[in-house]
Amino acid sequence: MGTPLLEVRNLRVEFPTRQGTLCAVDDLSFEIAPGEMLGVVGESGAGKSLTGMAIIGLLEPPGRIAAGEIRLEGERIDNLPAEAMRRIRGKRIGAIFQDPLTSLNPLFTIGAQLVETIDIHLHTGRNAARRHAIDLLAEVGIPAPELRLDQYPHQFSGGMRQRAVIALALAGRPRLIVADEPTTALDVSIQAQIITLLKRLAAEHDTAVLLITHDMGVIAETADRVAVLYAGRLAEIGPVREVIHAPRHPYTRGLMSSIPKLGEGRERLAQIDGAMPRLNAIPPGCAYNPRCPERFARCSTERPSPLPAGGNFAACWLYDRSR
Amino acid sequence: MTDRADRSLLQVENAGRDFDVSRPWLNRVIEGEPRRSLRAVDGVSFSIRKGETLGLVGESGCGKSTVARMIVGLYPPSRGRIVFDGADLAEPASAPLRRRMQMIFQDPYASLNPRWRVRAIVAEPIVAQGLVTDRATLAARVAELLTQVGLSPKDGDKYPHEFSGGQRQRISIARALSSNPEFLVCDEPTSALDVSVQAQILNLMKDLQDRLVLTYLFISHNLAVVAHIATRVGVMYLGRLVEIADAKQLFERPRHPYTRMLIDAIPDLQMTGKARIPVAGEVPNPLAPPAGCAFNPRCPHANEQCRSERPALLGLASGGAAACHAVAAGRLGQ
Repeated sequence: MGTPLLEVRNLRVEFPTRQGTLCAVDDLSFEIAPGEMLGVVGESGAGKSLTGMAIIGLLEPPGRIAAGEIRLEGERIDNLPAEAMRRIRGKRIGAIFQDPLTSLNPLFTIGAQLVETIDIHLHTGRNAARRHAIDLLAEVGIPAPELRLDQYPHQFSGGMRQRAVIALALAGRPRLIVADEPTTALDVSIQAQIITLLKRLAAEHDTAVLLITHDMGVIAETADRVAVLYAGRLAEIGPVREVIHAPRHPYTRGLMSSIPKLGEGRERLAQIDGAMPRLNAIPPGCAYNPRCPERFARCSTERPSPLPAGGNFAACWLYDRSR
Repeated sequence: MTDRADRSLLQVENAGRDFDVSRPWLNRVIEGEPRRSLRAVDGVSFSIRKGETLGLVGESGCGKSTVARMIVGLYPPSRGRIVFDGADLAEPASAPLRRRMQMIFQDPYASLNPRWRVRAIVAEPIVAQGLVTDRATLAARVAELLTQVGLSPKDGDKYPHEFSGGQRQRISIARALSSNPEFLVCDEPTSALDVSVQAQILNLMKDLQDRLVLTYLFISHNLAVVAHIATRVGVMYLGRLVEIADAKQLFERPRHPYTRMLIDAIPDLQMTGKARIPVAGEVPNPLAPPAGCAFNPRCPHANEQCRSERPALLGLASGGAAACHAVAAGRLGQ
């Protein structure tokens, strides 16, 4: 695979609370190759957004990276001072968040925000930056970009705002974009447009994308590889086709079969009983063991690391060859 | 659909609802602006038979929640009428009929009072309607309801914050069932939940329907969810019903171009590799809907007639109904 663009090694994100320290992301490791799209899926509370926030250095205190390291093009970025990290954000890592309204400043025009970002990161001067901004808006499919440049975020519809946010994320020509639920707030027809756009732009710019979502359908359409998180830990990682068609971890299997699909009619859905444990009550051993139909004695005492399973890696003792 | 009226539990007849979205009085006087109103729902008719589940789908702002709220009486309709078991719900004499329907809301975090214990929340409809008066019977009924939705009777002593989203939605369902309703209006009941929990709630709702002979109006923006629970499906666009048909037929042979677009927009989980053509454009501003068919600016089949004349919802030989000039004229293939 060559040198990875992003390397996350044994990442641990903790929240100290009065009742003790909660570990929201636990011993998580993965890599992203240049130009690759890695999907990160999981249910709410699985730690997927925190992973994204840790990478772009925007963990809200008291949340902190307690262990592990994050390397961008070989250089450690998890322990950089705030100012150095601020220069990396926007320039080398772009970000797209779920709600386009909160990632745009309502008091400035779309153009002002784009021009500022371009000028800061690419040092082009304001005139060249403005021309570049118009090109970017056209590229993300905003009609009449010259006109739209001088409008405020509230004059844009939800889909157009998300397009503007994508333009903003691309403005510094980053090698990596962290996209956290970029289509969740949008209607299905707009969601399809944004997914197609993100996929095309990432390919054209050779930008890698860390796509965080709870929607397996979005992953199936866009990602090259997918990581499935459960209770802050990696359950399974592998090529998207493998994970979707031949999931190895019992959790991924349960998750895949509980998704309602068209064409199944009114049949009963397979369901995983129970719920993901709260962070203060993660069971010993494998975090999934109390809900797992295939658990055996070892699962409740020893925590599995990701083991090779088919074309994937699954953190499950079923795949321990030494067994 | 009138041919089935004899067996229908609920009929919505040409219902419409407007909202006043005028600016404040002073602004209107100073700037000489007229009052403005938004047609959230316009000329919607459908009926729901006893024991069936009608799914209502559409994108945000299409008026599906407004329809739900009109049916349960949270908004009076501006036009048309809603008939439940033969009686117009606008008549004061029909008030007792409302006791036979209940609603489940989308957000289980906002729809449960955080200061009440679960047992008080579940008991409220029973107490409010005076169904049970002595404490022991009430406690037994609450315990039975909690068990029915897969919770433990002991959970009645807890407060809503002690539960996860899926468990809270179970509490909402227990509350809705407490007054023995026949008809439940469910407004996006699983949209706030994770998929594995969503499967639990959908299965629970189906089991309860079989056991208690319930009739559901199930509103969702997720077509796959609706395909799993509904027997019949209505599709709304910009306040109007554009297509209604049996679920199997609607998903296998959608007729209206908008329905086709919605089905095509679902991400392909099977990864068949078929190329999707995302539909261009967005839902127009409901304050200034386009003339003619509301979908015409985005429709690949629109012609002059579509831009000037509003299509009526016409019955199709296949059994459903669609509001589309192209379908009526046979311009669209099967």
